[in-house]
Amino acid sequence: MATVTLKDLRKSFGPDEVIHGIDMEIADGEFIVIVGPSGCGKSTLLRMVAGLETVTGGEVLIGGERANEKEPMDRNIAMVFQNYALYPHMSVAQNMGYGLRIAGLPKAEIAAKVEAAAHLLQLDGLLDRRPKQLSGGQRQRVAMGRAIVREPSVFLFDEPLSNLDAKLRVQMRLEIKELQSKLGVTALYVTHDQVEAMTMADRMIVMNEGRAEQIGTPMEVYETPRSLFAAQFIGSPAMNVLDATIRDGRVMLGEVAVAETGKRPGPVKLGLRPEHVVPAADGPLAMDVLLAEPLGANTLLHGRLAGTEIAFTASLQGVHLAGQGGAATRFGVDPVDCHLFDPESGRRL
Amino acid sequence: MEKRVTFRGWMLPLLLIAPQVFISAVFFFYPAGQAVWQSLFIPDPFGLSKQFVGMGNFEFLFSDRHYRASFYTTAIFSILVTLASMIPALFLAVLADRLIKGSGVYRTLLIWPYAVAPAVAGVLWLFMFNTRVGVVSWYLGQLGYDWNHVLNGSEAMGLVVAASAWGRISYNFLFFFAALQAVPRSVIEAAAIDGARFWRRFFTIVLPLLSPTTFFLLVVNVVYSFFETFGVIHTITSGGPQQATTILVYKVYSDGFVGQDLGSSAAQSVVLLLVVGLLTVLQFKFLEKRVHY
Repeated sequence: MATVTLKDLRKSFGPDEVIHGIDMEIADGEFIVIVGPSGCGKSTLLRMVAGLETVTGGEVLIGGERANEKEPMDRNIAMVFQNYALYPHMSVAQNMGYGLRIAGLPKAEIAAKVEAAAHLLQLDGLLDRRPKQLSGGQRQRVAMGRAIVREPSVFLFDEPLSNLDAKLRVQMRLEIKELQSKLGVTALYVTHDQVEAMTMADRMIVMNEGRAEQIGTPMEVYETPRSLFAAQFIGSPAMNVLDATIRDGRVMLGEVAVAETGKRPGPVKLGLRPEHVVPAADGPLAMDVLLAEPLGANTLLHGRLAGTEIAFTASLQGVHLAGQGGAATRFGVDPVDCHLFDPESGRRL
Repeated sequence: MEKRVTFRGWMLPLLLIAPQVFISAVFFFYPAGQAVWQSLFIPDPFGLSKQFVGMGNFEFLFSDRHYRASFYTTAIFSILVTLASMIPALFLAVLADRLIKGSGVYRTLLIWPYAVAPAVAGVLWLFMFNTRVGVVSWYLGQLGYDWNHVLNGSEAMGLVVAASAWGRISYNFLFFFAALQAVPRSVIEAAAIDGARFWRRFFTIVLPLLSPTTFFLLVVNVVYSFFETFGVIHTITSGGPQQATTILVYKVYSDGFVGQDLGSSAAQSVVLLLVVGLLTVLQFKFLEKRVHY
C-alpha cells in the first residue's frame, strides 16, 4: 500500500512529446481511473508508472520514493494486461505463483497463497488447468490472481475488461472494485469506457492528446466539466454542444433566450446534457424529433433544433413514442444545467 | 474450427495431389525401392551380373567393425552439428530481438552464410585451416598450437562440424528470430513485473514458448547433419583421417562409388533410411509431448 505521485510527468518518443506534463497526488488506497479516447496517452502514462516505458521528464514517486530509474520488479507493483498476458505453458497455479517463485518463497507458502487468492476469485478447482482451457472471464480472474498474490502496493490495470462481453464486463467491474476496496490497495485503472470510469473511480483523470483535461471525482467531472472535451467524453449519451451568444445577461440560442447568466457577453459554446432537458410547453428549445429510441426506463429522442440543421439529443424519463415522426417538441432547461465554455480554448467559463 | 473441403467425386482430389505424388514417386519411392531391391544382391564391379544374397549384405555390414564405428561417428557428428548450429543461432536471435535500430542490416548479414553451398563452405573452411597455407592454422601455430586436421581425427571432426554448422546458423537464426518476435510482448512484461530478470525470463518464459520452433529445428537439423553435410565432408576430409569423419552417408558414397561395392552401399542406404526414420519417430513421440503449441 502506497501513495503515487506524478510530478510534471512527460514522455517523448524521439522528438514527439506524447505526454505533456501530468501532475497528480494519489492517496493510499485510492482507485484512480485514467480515461480517454484511444491514442490519448493513457496507456503510456500507466506504463511509465509500471516502469515499462522510460520517463523522459518529471518524476514518478511510489510510496514517496523516486521510481524513475527503478526496474518494474523493484517498484512493488502488479499489472493486469488487456490481453491478460498469462504464461500459456503454465497451469493456473503456476501462473499465479510465478512471482512468488521468483521471489524465492518456500513451496508450501506459495501453494497456500495461491490457494487463498484462487478462493477469493472463485477459481477453486481450476488451478491445474492451462490458460487455453479457460473462458475469457476466468483468464481475467487468473490475471487478477497473479496480481494479488504478490500483495503489491499498487495495482495497475490496462483496459482489463475490454476483451470481455458486455454482461461479464459489468460483473467483473463490480468484482474488481470490490476486491480493490477489500484489499485497500492503491489502483490505477486505464479505460476508454466512460461508464467504467464513472462507476469505478474514486477520482478520474480525463485525458486528451497527452494532457489531463480534468482530475476529479466522477460527480465533479459530470457536474462541472472543466473543458468541452471532458464534458463531451463523460456522460452517455454525449452532451449536446451548441453555438450560442451571451447578450444582456442571457444565453441566446439564435434569437431565443435559453437561460440567464452573469457571464460576460460574447460567443460561447453551450453544453446541455440530454438527460437535463425537461419537456415544457413554453420551453425555449424546440426540437424536430427524427427518431425515438425507447430504452424502457427512458427514451432517447434524436433530431434537430427546429428550423436548423443542428443535431440535438434529449433523454426523457419513461416511454415517449408519440414524438416519433417529426412532430415538434418543446423543452426547457434549468440554468444550473447549462454548461458554458469558451469557444476558443474550450475551457469552462 | 476445422475447415474441410468436401469433394463430390474422386477425380478432382486425385488430380490435385497428382503432382506431389508424381514427384515423390520419381524421386523418392522409386530410388528407395531400388535401394531396397539392390541391397539383396551382390553385383560384380562392372554391373554386368548380380547374385542374390538375401540378408547377406546386412549381415556382413553389422559384423564390420568400420561400419559400427561409422554409426558412432555419425552420432557424435550429428549431435555436435545440431548443438553448434542451434545454440549460437538462438543466442544471436535473442541479441537481434533486443535490437531496435539496425536490426534489418544485422538480420540480412546473418542470413548470408545460408546462401553459401555446403561444398563451397567446406572449401572456405578448408582454406582457412589448411595445414600449410591456412590463415587460422598459421595463427594457431603462432600461438603454439600445431593444427593438423589431416592427421588428427578430433581436429578433423571439429573442422567438419564447424563448417557444417556455420551456414546452418543462419537458417536456424531466421526461425528463432521469427519465433522470438511472435512471443507476446505483454507476457514478457508481465514476467518482468513479476520480478524475473532477463535470463530468468528467458529460461522460464521465452524458451518454453519457443519450444515448437526448437522442436522443428531439432528434427530438421538432425536430418540435415545426416544427409546434407556430405559436401562439406567430401571437400574437407573425404572421411579421413582414418575414417574419423566417415559418417553413414559418406560411407554409402565411398563404399558404393569409390569401393564399387554396390550391394553393401545399397544396404547401407536402407539402414540409413531406417535410422533417420526411427529418429524422427522417436523425436515426435518423446519430445512432442513437452512442446507447447
